[in-house]
Amino acid sequence: MRFVDEFRDAGKAHALAAKIAGLCEPGRQYKLMEVCGGHTHTIYKHGLEDYLPESVTLVHGPGCPVCVIPMGRVDDAIHLASQPDVIMTSFGDMMRVPGSHGSFFDAKAEGTDIRMVYSPLDSLKIARQNPDKRVVFMAIGFETTTPSTAMTVLRAAAEGLTNFSIFCNHVTIIPAIKAILDSPDLRLDGFIGPGHVSTVIGCRPYEFIAREYGKPVVVAGFEPLDILQSIYMLMLQLSEGRSEVENQYTRVVPWDGNLAALKAINEVMELRPYFEWRGLGFISHSAMRMRPAYSAFDAELLFQVPGVRVADPKACQCGEVLKGVLKPWECKVFGTACTPETPIGTCMVSPEGACAAYYNYGRMNRHRVVEVSIS
Amino acid sequence: MCLGIPGQVLEFLPDQPDLARVDVSGVRRVINVGLLADDPPEPGEWILIHVGFALSKIDESEAAAALEFLEGIGQAYADELAALQESRIE
Amino acid sequence: MTGRTASGAAPGPRAGWVDEALREHEEHTKAEHTGAAMSRPTTAAPEREQQVLDRIDRARRRRPKVREERITMSHGAGGKATRTLVEAIFLDAFRNPLLEPLEDSAQLHLNGSRVALTTDSYVVSPLFFPGGDIGDLAVNGTVNDLAVSGATPLYLSAGFILEEGFPVADLNRIVASMKAAAAVAGVQVVTGDTKVVQKGKADGCYINTAGLGVIEYDRPSLGVATSRPGDAVIVSGPIGDHGVTIMLARGELDIEADIVSDTAAMNGMIADLLAATTGVRALRDATRGGVATILNEVASAANVSVVVTEDAIPVRTEVRGASELLGIDPMYVACEGRLVAVVDGTEADTALDALRAHPLGAQAAIIGHIAEEPPGIVLLKTAFGGTRIVDLLVGDPLPRIC
Repeated sequence: MRFVDEFRDAGKAHALAAKIAGLCEPGRQYKLMEVCGGHTHTIYKHGLEDYLPESVTLVHGPGCPVCVIPMGRVDDAIHLASQPDVIMTSFGDMMRVPGSHGSFFDAKAEGTDIRMVYSPLDSLKIARQNPDKRVVFMAIGFETTTPSTAMTVLRAAAEGLTNFSIFCNHVTIIPAIKAILDSPDLRLDGFIGPGHVSTVIGCRPYEFIAREYGKPVVVAGFEPLDILQSIYMLMLQLSEGRSEVENQYTRVVPWDGNLAALKAINEVMELRPYFEWRGLGFISHSAMRMRPAYSAFDAELLFQVPGVRVADPKACQCGEVLKGVLKPWECKVFGTACTPETPIGTCMVSPEGACAAYYNYGRMNRHRVVEVSIS
Repeated sequence: MCLGIPGQVLEFLPDQPDLARVDVSGVRRVINVGLLADDPPEPGEWILIHVGFALSKIDESEAAAALEFLEGIGQAYADELAALQESRIE
Repeated sequence: MTGRTASGAAPGPRAGWVDEALREHEEHTKAEHTGAAMSRPTTAAPEREQQVLDRIDRARRRRPKVREERITMSHGAGGKATRTLVEAIFLDAFRNPLLEPLEDSAQLHLNGSRVALTTDSYVVSPLFFPGGDIGDLAVNGTVNDLAVSGATPLYLSAGFILEEGFPVADLNRIVASMKAAAAVAGVQVVTGDTKVVQKGKADGCYINTAGLGVIEYDRPSLGVATSRPGDAVIVSGPIGDHGVTIMLARGELDIEADIVSDTAAMNGMIADLLAATTGVRALRDATRGGVATILNEVASAANVSVVVTEDAIPVRTEVRGASELLGIDPMYVACEGRLVAVVDGTEADTALDALRAHPLGAQAAIIGHIAEEPPGIVLLKTAFGGTRIVDLLVGDPLPRIC
């Protein structure tokens, strides 16, 4: 596969690994955070940590938009889906996320019409094909996905569709990164910047991290070599005492982002004053809602949404895992009460959450497993 | 947030300027290229696909540059290893 | 935003199931630690991590329990949820030594003959898809379940549940497929049943087939529990074809590709394999849940580790492309004409040659081996050179956006 296989070459990985090891100061520990869930997934899926020296640890950040949706919002969505004549459409990632009384899958089992779609445009198709039903799209995602929802709403408006609306749970990445940076427990040395979010917002929004907090940022692609190269670039910055924003993913990410995408978002949506993030609490200006001009497509206005807040379980230590203070296996309920089938917190909820990725892919003691080797 | 896959544009759909058919390893899907309206892709060009939309063009020259860098590192490493091997032969 | 409480306000209701899950695990942990002192975590991280992994291993080995009040689609996907359902409800109720192995067929002794018995229900949607239809699956699937037990498949029963309004022409098509498939496999349909249910209740047509076959008297029993370190793991051809074909054929994903289902009767190929070598320990039909599920079954039944190499696993380019596009892993995608074989290491090449000599096994490949540690775990050496675990999925692989 082009643009994929070339960036999965093991030989070049060894070379990068050697360079990374060469840049480590003896006695110093390095903690680098990858913000984006997709990066977490790649790191575990390809066993990238096997290539890193012991002194470099990767910390998995809150960049999983499925994981950060509070239980109360899932309950709200199921409530919406249960209204008469409603067809709820959702991405596959959301189907197993539990609310306080179960997930979309469980609701489906009780007869609620919830359908999985690959694209928000598929929901439009369902709306056209079912004029007597009201189709609600469960919109989730960071800025990577927000423009697609916006374009879909614009399309619906252009077609004059009256039975289509959005339950908007889009979130923005910068406030989350800022919350991590402002946390008193912070012990990070640098950031592997989100790849696809950056195709939309560009690289400029990360400059405050380098300038005001002195941490280097490298925007990274999603193939294993992309991530290794980004780690190398971060280590180089650290060894040279620089803190800048660099772009490793130049083949896809334009420095200025995608103007058409930003315009579409801005046309249809506005920032909410605050939004609750599972594990991180309320963060101001961190999520989107429909603008008044598009209220005809806002499910929260068209339907009565209970809006009840369900508390994060006390046993849940996701907040500390998200900030890099705890490793997944250091959480007291990891793997026992909290598993991919019964996820208690955000980090286990989606396959990209740090705990889920570790449970599904990394759950072995690398020091003991003889078979773990770089072939 | 993340799953973006490279695909090659095959053709635009007649009378639907926003829609293009793309190929990913022999698999084909129609996707919306409206977000690239300022600089639409040509058939044969590569784009990044996410939930049925094209988010960005894939710049072949940048990709080539990135690969060259990696090749360079790879070659340097291979050379070093070879040198190490040779130096062992007494 | 309607009705949302301001930040810092008193929290509302809690998720009851979370409290229950925590309570349950606390009770289990207390029970496990009765008498023994609670071990203090040592300072070294690898030791602490190992303690956590041991704790998780104990939790995973506990008696399975179905927590849900209603059946969900996950229970039918062939992964963890299915396994929990089977063990906690069916095995628990019907328990007997013949059922316990939970292999593809039950192996029985009847008046001096060794007989294999199996059953499967076919509920695929759509009924007709590139490469075959529900009729092909209904015959081949059951024939394969018999053949992987080392049996020569002989007789099938066929029960039909038809929906009111189902076109008779479609039924004729399906039955014609079954006739042709049965001829290829060398089996006969000797009994059956027909029921009709009201419109809306059977997705057109559901089929159940049960199969009976005979095992040669002195052939050693095949079974995954006999796998031992040093054995080779072989797959008979490219994986994921059937599952991806069905996903695309449903039409919801708007993806076109030239992928067809791999449905086929494997009894001929299996007979050749078993004739060529006595080193075959186990054979499994890779259906729902895919190859990954079978590897996990081997690991847990024999309490060994299964180590496979990503590069060695055959996957068609288009299947790979479709999987990448959807964010699913071909290792979990169903096949309908592929087997996984565990073979004595010294006989691996002989087994491979035997498979490759048969048209269905032309792309057979050795994908890995059995090791001792860590027991019960499947490890994958990635194409990139790192190592990761391949666990059971809870339910179907769902297309990811993320």
